[in-house]
Amino acid sequence: MATAVITPERENYLNQEYGIKSWLLTVDHKRIALLYLVSITFFFFIGGFFALLIRLELLTPAGDLVQADTYNKLFTMHGQVMIFFFLIPSIPAVLGNFLVPLMIGAKDLAFPRLNLLSWYLYIIAGALMLHCICTGGVDTGWTFYTPFSTAFSNTKVVEAGVAIFIAGFSSILTGLNFVVTIHRMRAPGMTWDRLPLFIWAHYATSVIQLLGTPVLAITLLLVVFERVFHLGIFDPTRGGDPLLFQHLFWFYSHPAVYIMILPAMAVESEVIACFTRKRIFGYKFVAMSSIAIAVFGFLVWAHHMFVAGISLYSALIFSALSYLVAVPSAIKVFNWTATMYKGSITFTTPMLYAFGFIGLFTMGGLTGLFLAALGIDVHVTDTYFVIAHFHYIMVGGAVMGYLGGLHFWWPKISGRMYPEWLGKFAALIVFLGFNLTFFPQFILGYMGMPRRYWQYPPEFQVLNVLSTAGSTILAVGYVLPMVYFLWSMRYGKPATENPWNAAGLEWKTSSPPPTFNFDQPPVVDFEAYDYEHIPEVEEVPVG
Amino acid sequence: MSEHVLSSKMYYGIWIALMILTVVTARVAFIDLGPFNTVVALVIATGKALLVVLFFMHVKYASEKLVKMVIVASIFWLLLLLLLSLADYGTRYARHG
Amino acid sequence: MADSTATPVHGPELLHHFSTAQQQRDAASLGMWLFLGTEIMFFGGMFLAYLIYRLLYFNEFAAGSRSLDIWLGTINTIVLICSSLTVALGVRAAQMGKRKLLVILLLLTLIFGLAFLGIKGVEWYAKYKEHHIPGMSFDAGDLIRDYPQIHIDPAHEQIYFSLYFAMTGLHALHMIIGVGMFTYLLYHSMKGRYGPEYYTPIEMGGLYWHFVDVVWIYLFPLLYLIDRKPLG
Repeated sequence: MATAVITPERENYLNQEYGIKSWLLTVDHKRIALLYLVSITFFFFIGGFFALLIRLELLTPAGDLVQADTYNKLFTMHGQVMIFFFLIPSIPAVLGNFLVPLMIGAKDLAFPRLNLLSWYLYIIAGALMLHCICTGGVDTGWTFYTPFSTAFSNTKVVEAGVAIFIAGFSSILTGLNFVVTIHRMRAPGMTWDRLPLFIWAHYATSVIQLLGTPVLAITLLLVVFERVFHLGIFDPTRGGDPLLFQHLFWFYSHPAVYIMILPAMAVESEVIACFTRKRIFGYKFVAMSSIAIAVFGFLVWAHHMFVAGISLYSALIFSALSYLVAVPSAIKVFNWTATMYKGSITFTTPMLYAFGFIGLFTMGGLTGLFLAALGIDVHVTDTYFVIAHFHYIMVGGAVMGYLGGLHFWWPKISGRMYPEWLGKFAALIVFLGFNLTFFPQFILGYMGMPRRYWQYPPEFQVLNVLSTAGSTILAVGYVLPMVYFLWSMRYGKPATENPWNAAGLEWKTSSPPPTFNFDQPPVVDFEAYDYEHIPEVEEVPVG
Repeated sequence: MSEHVLSSKMYYGIWIALMILTVVTARVAFIDLGPFNTVVALVIATGKALLVVLFFMHVKYASEKLVKMVIVASIFWLLLLLLLSLADYGTRYARHG
Repeated sequence: MADSTATPVHGPELLHHFSTAQQQRDAASLGMWLFLGTEIMFFGGMFLAYLIYRLLYFNEFAAGSRSLDIWLGTINTIVLICSSLTVALGVRAAQMGKRKLLVILLLLTLIFGLAFLGIKGVEWYAKYKEHHIPGMSFDAGDLIRDYPQIHIDPAHEQIYFSLYFAMTGLHALHMIIGVGMFTYLLYHSMKGRYGPEYYTPIEMGGLYWHFVDVVWIYLFPLLYLIDRKPLG
């Protein structure tokens, strides 16, 4: 406390207290964000490890590295870890947790202890998942389809189900905290039409978390009951309907895609406005499109079930409704592009990720329209076309957004600059590695290579080799930022309050911020993205 | 929010109404109304739920619309789940019959 | 927004990151309502399963419903409604600063809550005796004998009872959590912690309790009253 005289560093949330206890019992949203950062990074590398094993196995047509049983577990646990333990919490729990109170001028989230509880729930769920992985794993596919999961699989379905059930509660609590915070904790003058688009998108995300996740919870609970007590709710031999499980599962799991992608869109709005030095074109449309995505996202779930045996009539309805989601998504892409038009663009690392995001998300979204079309979907269902499509959304979209955001706010989070040239280099590697990994899969899928098999006919090998090669490049691209972020925490150039000369309340406090975020309670008397009124100063610092 | 205190008389009134509705719904179930047995049961249940939500939970006296919005949105989402699923189940078995 | 002109005087119950007690109460209230919204969707998944199977297997649902004890079901509904009344009056007592009355009302609520769980246990035990618990040794033979007029498939009958136990079981779990919550509230009311200036926990606990009551208000007709009219 009294060291202010000795060290030049001012008191902030990082140096106010030291020791394990000050972290594990913290209720500061910024520290909890860092706890999340460490834990989801851990799971990201576990999920990535499974992905590399999958790609290695698919290097050759024969099953030489692993056999079918192991392969089934690999893709299952890759999916479960990446979706429920990395992507769902990634941007909301790390960047959202850190930035939502800062951006609206609050001292903390509305329920700080609930926030910590949500991290502990995540850790309990993660520990259970790890235990499940280490003691044999699951082989149902991340989707837990019945009756395989309830009657046939002899792997640890119950344990994985319970782990994801608990992780779901963690996600619900984060969403609940955000909605209450955005409604109740805004600084004076921070009206709804002055909210950063980051906040709007997180609001929409939280609504999905609140309304969708409980349905997943009850569905997994019913699967666990059915497996343990042999009920028959989803078992066709006992009069149950497996499609009912799929309806319930996709009612959450389709909107869950928007839990992953909306926060990435949140990041891009901030980054693009800052590095084009312009107000986001059509602010209101972009804000409302987030809400529209949250609502429309719940109307389309059965497009995952076109070939599963739902009625043709309902398939037509869901196919038509699926096109609806394209409208708000396109609004966002067009408005970002319009924002860049005649802007003074700076090619920093976060901006490179933003460019990557727009391109890859557009490809992922457009191929999503292929899949929404009933006729084409019947042709490519369960092929690598689907795999490529959703990796373009989730990895090309969500992970790009996450990395871009992490670079953009790293000076605020750590108080240090990362090395800019290395950042750009890593961004380039990620972009190249990503496309090399997943673009061949579009072609493979269209040629008819099915997903979830450990072997394939030899004529598919060339494209599979390309994909595997790409995945190793992608892995390098992901390890690099981790290395230089760690390096920068000690050796990076100290960051100023506002290194990007950006608009937004979070840049009006010191880097890193003090424990209660602002020395003086902020009063907002300016619009969001007020770049016309921010004087252009010296060029953006290069670390 | 619910700063002003409601009279205890009103609470007792709501309570008596809930008791009467409970007895009514249990008795009506034994009378053959054809398909309307279910309708009556659900209408009475919704009436009771409304009494509890509006008066016991003070929603009628909430000063802002937000709480009402949360309730309406949750029920709307529940209906989405039920009705869009019925779009499948309502038409799936048609060709067999 | 809750930023009023009042200067932020921090009372003992006001957490540091709120500026006013009003803001803190509004945040708690919104948080509780959002939580109840998620609860609607949580039970909603089971309501969907119920709806679909009731449409598909109406005979079995009707027979299963007839086998439940309508007297105990009605009495339990009345018990819960009484507990909701005591909770509502309890919040009022806290608002008016009648601390003794608050303690009595919370105690009554707890007694009603435990009575509900006790009666529920009696009903479940009866189902156990009748081999109506899905899974091991499930037997719908008695229903097939009792209702020769309608065709009953034992597998479909088991689905009815699966949903019956899932829905009443999760409802009872919510009741148990509620009883725990109210034990906590009772303890702190006896210490005189709640009064007109601070009664948010009582109010929030009350919202939860009423919600669990509302769920039962629907479960009662959906499970007990499917088809009670005389068989033709």
